[in-house]
Order: sequence, then structure tokens, then C-alpha cells
Amino acid sequence: MSLLELDNITKSFGAIHALSKVSLTIQPGEAVGLMGDNGAGKSTLMKIIAGNFMPSSGEIRIENKPVAFHKPIDARNAGIEIVYQDLALCDNLTAGANVFLGRELKRKFGPISMLDYPAMYKRAGELFAELKSETRPRDLVRQMSGGQRQAVAIARTRLSDPKLVLMDEPTAAISVRQVAEVLALIKRLKETGHAVVLVSHRMPDVFDVCDRVAVLRRGTKVADKPIKETSPEEVTGLIIGAIEAA
Amino acid sequence: MSNAAQPTAKPDERIKEISAFRKALIRPELGGIVGTVAVFTFFLLFAFDSGMFNSQGIMNWSVVSAQFMIIAVGACLLMIAGEFDLSVGSMIGFAGMMIAIFSVTYGLPVWLAIIMTFVLCVAIGGLNGWIVIRTGLPSFIVTLAFLFILRGFTIFLPQVIERKTIIGGINDVAEGDWLAPVFGGKILGNVFTWLGDAGLIATFERGTKQGQPVVDGIPMLIVWAIILIIFGHVLLTKTKFGNWIFAAGGDAEAARNSGVPVNRVKILMFMFTAFCATVFAVCQVMEFGSAGADRGLLKEFEAIIAVVIGGALLTGGYGSVLGAALGALIFGVVQQGLFFAGVESSLFRVFLGVILLGAVILNTYIRRIITGER
Ligand SMILES: Nc1ncnc2c1ncn2[C@@H]1O[C@H](COP(=O)(O)OP(=O)(O)OP(=O)(O)O)[C@@H](O)[C@H]1O
Ligand SMILES: [Mg+2]
Repeated sequence: MSLLELDNITKSFGAIHALSKVSLTIQPGEAVGLMGDNGAGKSTLMKIIAGNFMPSSGEIRIENKPVAFHKPIDARNAGIEIVYQDLALCDNLTAGANVFLGRELKRKFGPISMLDYPAMYKRAGELFAELKSETRPRDLVRQMSGGQRQAVAIARTRLSDPKLVLMDEPTAAISVRQVAEVLALIKRLKETGHAVVLVSHRMPDVFDVCDRVAVLRRGTKVADKPIKETSPEEVTGLIIGAIEAA
Repeated sequence: MSNAAQPTAKPDERIKEISAFRKALIRPELGGIVGTVAVFTFFLLFAFDSGMFNSQGIMNWSVVSAQFMIIAVGACLLMIAGEFDLSVGSMIGFAGMMIAIFSVTYGLPVWLAIIMTFVLCVAIGGLNGWIVIRTGLPSFIVTLAFLFILRGFTIFLPQVIERKTIIGGINDVAEGDWLAPVFGGKILGNVFTWLGDAGLIATFERGTKQGQPVVDGIPMLIVWAIILIIFGHVLLTKTKFGNWIFAAGGDAEAARNSGVPVNRVKILMFMFTAFCATVFAVCQVMEFGSAGADRGLLKEFEAIIAVVIGGALLTGGYGSVLGAALGALIFGVVQQGLFFAGVESSLFRVFLGVILLGAVILNTYIRRIITGER
């Protein structure tokens, strides 16, 4: 049974057709690389899966059941976590508060429940350490470097035990050391039966961790094949259009 | 996880050690605290003998400050959530008028009139918020419209119904009502009688009230102010909802992506602001025994000024209820203190402007230290 099936997903923003008839299937424990030129529609596809946009037409099925996500929390409740390309953090909150935003840890005092800051900061610190990131949970995100923000966004996905993790360019702003950590994390996710979609412009990363690669060009899927059966040269050709389809 | 045991808190040599004292000092309320100390020092030095600091004088500026505090708490939470409400002053006039119309004109029991007014005004607050969310227009514009709409009704309704702009006689109909004293009553009367008997506070020297203390209790207005401040402070700093208020005002889109019901948070804050305005109105109506079409004029600005003096950021996402309460205290003490000190009342505005400017400059400096923005 497939974990996620996208069936002829189309999305237009007014006159712009960001996606036309894209179908994609993801199996449990599988990592799929999603590649394509700037503006190809990768983030749009991620946001449709994550409940930010409704598709203009087409169907999304999770474990064979059709779903309609009206807002991000619907997708999260269905077991989908996402790292947004623009990271989507609240600058005015601390790193720890951002990690737990929307699912704060609480302690009950009789009828009222209060935030459990110590527990949240402790857990956030553990998650940052796991990513080998020098991110201090109590710092405001506004004061943070790009890589530290990235760690916060990735740490957010570690709070639940999702079926599917979408990562939209998670390694765009981070150091070599942390790229290795993120790739290691993706491998661990796979081993534990989680599926991952990795959007990246970094060919070596995709070939390192992904089982399959799908290529979008101008809103259409032009290739979808096992990593073993393709090469960076072919994928590059597909992205830029030198190779029509594969 | 194989490498999860990595220690988290390895000391970073780039972080300057900030002393606990400095950390405790640098907080959003600092500007308000400094301002409060400055204002009290000023008046203790220059108006100590004016009667400002005897029991009656203290009660005088406390009541005025409490009025500011009640509306400042609502304005503060709403501003942190990233929105404004310019209709607060008109809402005060409108709420008072509705109580008078319900109870005096239509003869409904006062408790019912109060409850109906609360429901009506909170619903209007919700409507304000709903329009802001639905249209995506700035709340500045939407609530400006309601400033005029509500004020218009407040002048129009009593004229068509009673042919006047002030409706009195509320004290008579409120006699014996169970809910009215919750807004118009006083508490701790015994304590003040005891203080008077013990010679600790002044008592009337002649007349029918001879021997009774000149201050005979704490008005419910002050109790409401304290309750709302504690409620607002706990809500903002200790609860999930408070975290969502900050998130909604900081980056609404990011908050939505994280599953924060931003629309609901904002609409609820509009409703809470309306609730605070109505509390103000009911207390005022019970105190004066009447409702007037011009009540509450400019209160929206006074609330916003108190909040800004208290360190909140006009653009949302940053602020403190305790700071706003101190801002309201500064506002009240300055307004009444200048009166006690015999300063020409028109100069109040000059003082207010200077304090506002000074507070905002100080607050900006403090905020930069806290948030590291430039
Ligand atoms: N909210 C939106 N409103 C209108 N147009 C949009 C919106 N989001 C994306 N688009 C358009 O859809 C197209 C695809 O954008 P998308 O962000 O999915 O590209 P991408 O493949 O993620 O590119 P990149 O590699 O630069 O991140 C672009 O032409 C973009 O202008
Ligand atoms: Mg993108």
C-alpha cells in the first residue's frame, strides 16, 4: 500500500500554471528526491501536500484514502511534517518556542494548564544537539544565523512521529558538517520506516540519500526513476531540458 | 540515535556572560518601571504637600490610573497580536448608553441590561475582528469606521428615544440590584473605617458623616483593573494562548503554518478589547449614575499611549501587560498630579507628549538590547 499518492495534481495561481497533472507515489520508508529548476513548481507541490494550498484539481490519497487538507494542521494530523523553504519561523519568539509552536508542552495546575518552558527548552536543546547545531533554545530567532534557523525548522519535524517528512531545500544555508547531519537524519528516518521527500538543488545529496528521483520542469513531471538507473548527468539534462523526458 | 548524547550546553566563548542582575533588569517593562519611578519622584518632590499623597489624593489618581489600566490591558494584548482597535472610546460611550437605554428607558433589570450590553459589545468587537480577518484590511481602518459608527449611534439613539443626549437615573434603578455593585460598589469598607478610627487616614470632621473615613473603600473599578492585569499577564506569559498571541503578531503566516489558529486568536483579542471597554463603561455609568453621548472620547488613544509607554511595539509581536499597566499608572499619575500641583491643565498635553517621546526612545533602546534588532 502506498503511503502517499498524488493523482494528476494541477495548481494555478491566476494565470500562472504552477503545476499541471503531476502524479507521484511514495512508499513507506522511501526517500524521494524532487528536483527542478527555479520556479519549476517544487515548493508548490510540497505546500499542496502540507495543506498550505488546495490543488486546483487532482486527488491526494494517503494509504489509499482520499484526503483534502484545508490547512497545515490537517496535514500534520495526517502524519505529514514539513520544513519550508522560507523556513516559516516567528522571528519574535525563541528557538525553543518556535520548535513547539502549535503543540506546546503544558503542565496542569488544577483546571488551568500552563506552559512548561523548562521541558520545552530542554527538549529543543536535545533536538539541536542531535542535529549538531549550535542553536541555543532560549535565543530569539531574529538573532540567528541562516543555519541556526534551518536547525529550528528541522527540529520542528522531530516532535511527532510522522509518516512523511517533506524537506524543501533543508541544506540550502548550512555548513558541510550540518549537511552531513541532515543527510544522516534522512537515512535514520528511512531506516525507521518514515518516508522523506527531499527538494534540493544539490545533486550529491540527492544521490546520497534518495531511492528515487523525480524531476519537475515548468510544472510538469518529466522523470521519475530509481536513483540506481540514472546519473547526475541525466538528471541535469532533464532539469534544464536538454533531455526531454525519461 | 547514535550521537544524541552530545552535550547540549557546551559553553560558547562568543557569548558575553550577562549577569543575572542585568538579565533581570533588561525586560520589556523596564521603561515603564523607570518612568513610574521618575514620575513618582517628581511629584513627591514638587507636589508632596498638595494633598496628592493623602488618602483622598491617592484614591484620586488610583481611580484614574485604574481606568486607563482597564482599557490598556485589552489594547495591549490586541497590539501584541498585531492589531489595533480605534473604536474603544466610542465603544465606552456606546456601552454606557445601551445600559441606560435598556434599564432606564425600557425598564429592564439592571443586571440584565449589563449582561445584554456585554454580549452586544463583545459581539461588536468580534465583528470588528471578523471584518479585519475577512477583508485583510488594516485594523486601523476597520476600527476607525467603527469609531464613527458607534459614536453616531451613541448620539442618535438617546435623541430619538429620550430626546436628550444624557440619560440619568441609573442609580435609582440600580438600587438593590445584585450585579450593579460588582461594577459600582466598593470593597474593604471595614478596613478603611478601622484605619480612620485608628487615626491612620483622615476622617470627616463635621457633618452627617462625621468620624467616617474620607476614603470609605476600594472602588470595584480598581479591583477590575487588578483582575484584568493579572488575567492578561498570566494569559500572555504562562499559557499556550499567550504564546499564540505573540506568534500571531510576530509572523501570522509562520504561525498559521505551525497550526496556530491565527484568525481565532485575533478575533478573540478584539472581543477581549471590547470586553475591557465595556467594563470601563459599566463602572463609569454606575459611578456617575448616568450615560452621556460624549463619554469615552479619545480613550482609544489614551489606551494605545499607555501600552506604548509600557514598552509594546506598535507593529505587534512584542510587549507586556505589566508594562502597559505601568504606562497607565504613569498616565494617570501625571494627569492628576499636574492638577494637584496646580499646573495649568492645558500643559498636561505638553507633559504627555514629552513622556510619550521619552518612553518610546527608552523602550526602543531596551528592546534592541533584548531582541538584537538594529
Ligand atoms: N502564492 C503564489 N501566488 C502566485 N504564484 C505563485 C505562488 N507560489 C508560487 N507561485 C508561482 O508558481 C511557480 C512555481 O513556484 P515554486 O515556488 O513552486 O518553484 P520552486 O520549484 O520551488 O522554485 P525554487 O527552486 O526557486 O524554490 C512560480 O512561477 C511562482 O511564481
Ligand atoms: Mg522552492
